Amino acid sequence: MSQTFTLDGEEIPFRDGQTIIQAAHDAGRWIPHLCYHPEFKPHGSCKLCTVTVNGRHMASCTTQAAAGQTVESDTEALNGERRTLLQMLFVEGNHFCPSCEKSGDCKLQATAYELGMMTPHFDHFYPSRPVDASHPEVLLDFNRCILCSLCVRASRDVDGKCVFALSGRGIGTKLVVNAASGRLADTDAAIGDKALEVCPVGVILKKRRGFAVPIGERTYDKAPISETEE
Amino acid sequence: MDAPVKKKLRVATTSLAGCFGCHMSFLDIDEHLFELVELVEFDRSPLTDIKEVGDCDLGLIEGGLCNAENVHVLREFRARCKKLVALGACAVNGGLPAQRNHLKLTEILEEVYHTSPGITQGLIPNDPELPLPLDKVHPLHEVVKIDWFIPGCPPSGEAIWKALTDIAAGRDPQLGFGVLRYD
Repeated sequence: MSQTFTLDGEEIPFRDGQTIIQAAHDAGRWIPHLCYHPEFKPHGSCKLCTVTVNGRHMASCTTQAAAGQTVESDTEALNGERRTLLQMLFVEGNHFCPSCEKSGDCKLQATAYELGMMTPHFDHFYPSRPVDASHPEVLLDFNRCILCSLCVRASRDVDGKCVFALSGRGIGTKLVVNAASGRLADTDAAIGDKALEVCPVGVILKKRRGFAVPIGERTYDKAPISETEE
Repeated sequence: MDAPVKKKLRVATTSLAGCFGCHMSFLDIDEHLFELVELVEFDRSPLTDIKEVGDCDLGLIEGGLCNAENVHVLREFRARCKKLVALGACAVNGGLPAQRNHLKLTEILEEVYHTSPGITQGLIPNDPELPLPLDKVHPLHEVVKIDWFIPGCPPSGEAIWKALTDIAAGRDPQLGFGVLRYD
């Protein structure tokens, strides 16, 4: 543990093989992120965890820590870029917080609060994405998907099922389920699967649980995400 | 020598494709209403019942744009107000009315006025007095420049008061933890 890099001027120790975000997390420093999750291999797609490493923009979830790096994260410029990424995520999907069961527990929303996003700024796409209510226990509302691939990784790497996948490329990318019918009910997804627990937004929802926790007692009502996250 | 009398901000408010919930929340600033009347005077607003917007320092607009009249009123506000605030979720991102956006307008009108249960020989309203609905519901910033945004459904009285006092003091509104809300 003798090796260190600096994060916003603070010395951060790291072990060999650790990424910048892992070492920062172990040192109690929060770097905004959505597709990163400590239990899964990094995906490096949301770019929210972008920091500058010796002046160059790098995703901190996929960049290995190295001795002597000068890392900047909590700067006005980087937070401004993160806010822009969030705004693009908000307008690409249909994110209507007042009617979303995940509101108050949603990492996209909580991160946008943390970074002071007052408006989605861009023109809205208002895409048409039907929901999948076929499964008796689980609802899929694709309107809120941010393509973080956490459910894909959890199903493949933990559940060993490959229920979910990202299909298509670029702006046409979408979340699909592994069944010829395209319906979750025709997959082997089951309650207890890790994949059904990891969605950071309101796509994968357990039925008959909506709005069970009152406003004021939800995860990010009590403390901002920077002080809450695992 | 007497201190110069501070000029009050002249404020207009309106609700477009909204539910007046943001206006109700505005009244929820409770005892700050006494401070507010020292700070602002109202032009066109549901609170004054003035019908035409005059020259104002600030326009507060609740609701998004779902019909031609909404667009007309918004453009009038933009022309007469030095600064415009999008107040609440619908003004900021279309909100609840925008959830019709993935449906065709003709299909919605058919279902509401022709095929839904209980309707017999329904007619789609077509009076020339009625503003035509827009194909899609839009937030305000897609049509005119908006200077500030206060999200929330509705924004709490605390959020509205904080934003107004920031604006009156010449600052961009800053809503901290627990006050900045999208729901």
